[in-house]
Amino acid sequence: MFTCTVSPTRSLSLSLSLSFHSPPTRVFSRSVSVNSPSRDIRIKLCTFFPPCIFLFVILSSLSSCLRKTMLHVTAGRIAGLLSRRGGAAFSSSSSRMASHGHVGVTEQADMSVPLYCDRLDTPLPDRPYKDTLSAADESLKQKEKGPWNSLSKEEKLTLYRMMFNETYAEMKKPTGEWKTVWGGIFFFIGLTGLVVLWQTHYVYPPQPPTFEDEWQAMQVKRMLDMRVNPVEGFSAKWDYEKGQWK
Amino acid sequence: MISSAVLRGIGSLARTRTAFTAPLAVRCYSHAKVETDEEFDSRWVTYFSKPDLDTWELRKGMNTLIGYDLVPEPKILDSALRACRRLNDLASAIRILEAVKDKSGPHKEIYPYVIQELRPTLQELGISTPEELGIHKV
Repeated sequence: MFTCTVSPTRSLSLSLSLSFHSPPTRVFSRSVSVNSPSRDIRIKLCTFFPPCIFLFVILSSLSSCLRKTMLHVTAGRIAGLLSRRGGAAFSSSSSRMASHGHVGVTEQADMSVPLYCDRLDTPLPDRPYKDTLSAADESLKQKEKGPWNSLSKEEKLTLYRMMFNETYAEMKKPTGEWKTVWGGIFFFIGLTGLVVLWQTHYVYPPQPPTFEDEWQAMQVKRMLDMRVNPVEGFSAKWDYEKGQWK
Repeated sequence: MISSAVLRGIGSLARTRTAFTAPLAVRCYSHAKVETDEEFDSRWVTYFSKPDLDTWELRKGMNTLIGYDLVPEPKILDSALRACRRLNDLASAIRILEAVKDKSGPHKEIYPYVIQELRPTLQELGISTPEELGIHKV
């Protein structure tokens, strides 16, 4: 028989009689935490923290990858929701400060006038890129009213750049953003790994004795003596005559 | 097709109803008239051919046309380029050619064909292609 003591300050201790007459079991008499309250909180925080970081990594990579697509809005909102749930204390207050007109706030675009945009699906934006023209630009614009064959290549290019900011080739050029994304992912996975390492040292309770090699050996011997799964499973693989695994 | 089969099955289980034993040929398509390709093309050629087309209408027409899942026919583009000429807007004409190349996507043979078809117009109006100006690459 074995006795079971539960105390709030010490780990659950099983005083087993190692005579192998009864299988090792635990009595779930009542749902009592096996750890101290402070350790409890640490365990809860530390088990919640790495998945939170991991999820944040995935969502931030998702949102940055999908920045140019419509899904950006949903991914950004989900990320925002999760980060808010994760900790209100960690949210930045810069958005709140911006509305009070503090120093260092970026100017907001005037949405009541037509805006310029470089988009592949909108070849002709609502207004020209350069709308304040110098005298040279004005004279070139006048020349544009005449036959275009009389314009030189440079003049045509100038006219293009006056009307548009980026060419289609410039809009489509690769950004190298993928390097930031992968870098961020690996960095946060590494950080999570460090957090888990710290946890294993400072948070986890001591390993149960059942993990030791000697205990495992005794356990295996006991299972073989009991003829656990003798037909097709565990003991079936043991050669009882020769005293070795088949 | 699935719904009619299910209905027919239910009909056989319950009472037979004449409404459910309709022949297979009757399908549930919309009765709207489908515009042919020629009708679509001529509609857009007419749009850009308006003599007093203004800049907004040009931009709206071009942006809408590029929004469709197709590459516009050379005759539509010819009409649009002439509209750019009427509005004294060379930059938009070059932009339209860039947009056509982008719309062709992976089908690299479409853009050279379009330029080939538009070559007389480009020469007449004096429009340079993006390749001639060197803006086809970064």
